[in-house]
Amino acid sequence: MRKTVVIAACMGVAIGFASGLALSQQDKSTIEEIERYRQALADGNPADLWEMRGEGIWKQKRGPKNASLEKCDLGLGPGVVKGVYTVLPKYFADSDKVEDLESRLVTCMVTLQGLTPAEARKDPFGGPGKKVAMDALVAYITSQSRGMPMKVSGKHPKEREAYDIGRAIFFHRSGPYDFACATCHAVDNQRIRLQDLPNLLTAKDAQRAYTSWPAYRVSQGELRSFQWRLYDCFRQQRFPELEFVSPASIALTMFLAQNANGGVFNAPAIKR
Amino acid sequence: MKINTTQWVLLGVAAMLAAGCATSMHPDEARTKAAAMMKASFKDRGQAKVTRIDQDDMQKNCSIYSGGNVMPKDLAARLEKAQQALIKYPADGKLLGDWKAGERVAQAGVGMQFSDNPKNPAGGNCYACHQMTKAELSYGTIGPSLYNFAKLRGYGPDIQRYAYGKVYNSQAFSACSSMPRFGHAGILTEQQMKDVVALLMSPDSPVNK
Ligand code: HEC
Ligand code: HEC
Repeated sequence: MRKTVVIAACMGVAIGFASGLALSQQDKSTIEEIERYRQALADGNPADLWEMRGEGIWKQKRGPKNASLEKCDLGLGPGVVKGVYTVLPKYFADSDKVEDLESRLVTCMVTLQGLTPAEARKDPFGGPGKKVAMDALVAYITSQSRGMPMKVSGKHPKEREAYDIGRAIFFHRSGPYDFACATCHAVDNQRIRLQDLPNLLTAKDAQRAYTSWPAYRVSQGELRSFQWRLYDCFRQQRFPELEFVSPASIALTMFLAQNANGGVFNAPAIKR
Repeated sequence: MKINTTQWVLLGVAAMLAAGCATSMHPDEARTKAAAMMKASFKDRGQAKVTRIDQDDMQKNCSIYSGGNVMPKDLAARLEKAQQALIKYPADGKLLGDWKAGERVAQAGVGMQFSDNPKNPAGGNCYACHQMTKAELSYGTIGPSLYNFAKLRGYGPDIQRYAYGKVYNSQAFSACSSMPRFGHAGILTEQQMKDVVALLMSPDSPVNK
């Protein structure tokens, strides 16, 4: 009996402090310590500023049609923001395409606000002295899925196609360094220098990685979207420049998001 | 109600058929479509041109035989042989440079990214993947530890030649290695390769202390 309790306590710690398990007093205080620290970090995450700005931009009338994005169907019906990131990317009948959050926002800026596609894609990422609407919208919308499990669909033929192509992209080796995503992300417990590399083919690592983006990067002072994460890994892979919301970026996102299904979404996060 | 019961049943059957019939794409088809999609999804930037998406024979085969799909031994042997033929050993026959310069090459991680200035020399970034010396604790684990490389293997000319060839073209000795082909791809100059080989092979080098 005692043994069971100890094992249960250890598991409670290991799987992220599942509630309702019998824990020793010491475990409890350690857990409370960590929880307080986590809370402090969460309270202090500058991503909040992006989230707040994003909510404003979502509701603001913009573009030639002077309309807000509030009627945008991100995947759970017009205007539904709550939980929507957990079902993306997905197939949309109106555009007849699989879209991720960023590409769907571009679609809505075009259809609802009257921007040209080029205008809607113009400023994908923020930089020094430049804050962009896209980062803020991504922060706001993803924040509304926090605490909910990922459940990306692979039922529609185009969703399956995106997944299969995304998988092939993951294993595509080329360029001067002969790198693929798989070179750095297909083996357990590897690191580059001291940086841990998630094995994105396993549910455990894929969930942990995928559910922690977008993220506020302390080293860059910016909120970074998942599109940016892919863009920058391709740069390190010595590939040319990935185009924002390009078909390859969406297919690869579909592959990684489905691998992360079941993981509890916990972003915008804060990273080094 | 706009849809009657029969229509619902039909819809249900259609959905089940769609779900049941939608099988995965054949891997060859997925790869062909992925390559075409990638060509349309990237743009040239600085030294990183879209032609970098194109694959040579080795890259193509290593992409096919990955993700649990094991490469047949005879194909691996054929690829290694083809890569061996591509190695150019130094004309002056000297394989060992200056290990101190080699340590700098092993540390440097830049080169060939669109964000790098092509005028600056590229690094070898050996520490990204390998332990090499006792002093450097920030090393990766994608490749094996090279600490005491020559101390364990020997300092002789055959091991020197192996080390140079390995750095020049890693694939010549193990097909589909994760290690870049530093000489073949023109990442490192001949002098830089001699210097890292000295880092691996010189008895004074911290690698062999
Ligand atoms: C040369 C090695 C390398 C290659 C190739 C590479 N990555 Fe990465 N990746 C890294 C490193 C290092 C990090 C952590 C970097 C950081 O925090 O800045 C990382 C981080 C990530 C993360 C976030 C993990 C987390 O928990 O925050 C994802 C997702 C990811 N990579 C996906 C990919 C994909 C998809 C590809 C292929 C396009 C790819 N990577 C190619 C080295 C690589
Ligand atoms: C992206 C990761 C990576 C980088 C960067 C890298 N290597 Fe490697 N290296 C490997 C892997 C993986 C192996 C093991 C598989 C093989 O033999 O190719 C290896 C094997 C080797 C071996 C053969 C070891 C043996 O026991 O036979 C040598 C020598 C070596 N690397 C030297 C270097 C040097 C020198 C550099 C820097 C110029 C370097 N590597 C950069 C991944 C890397």
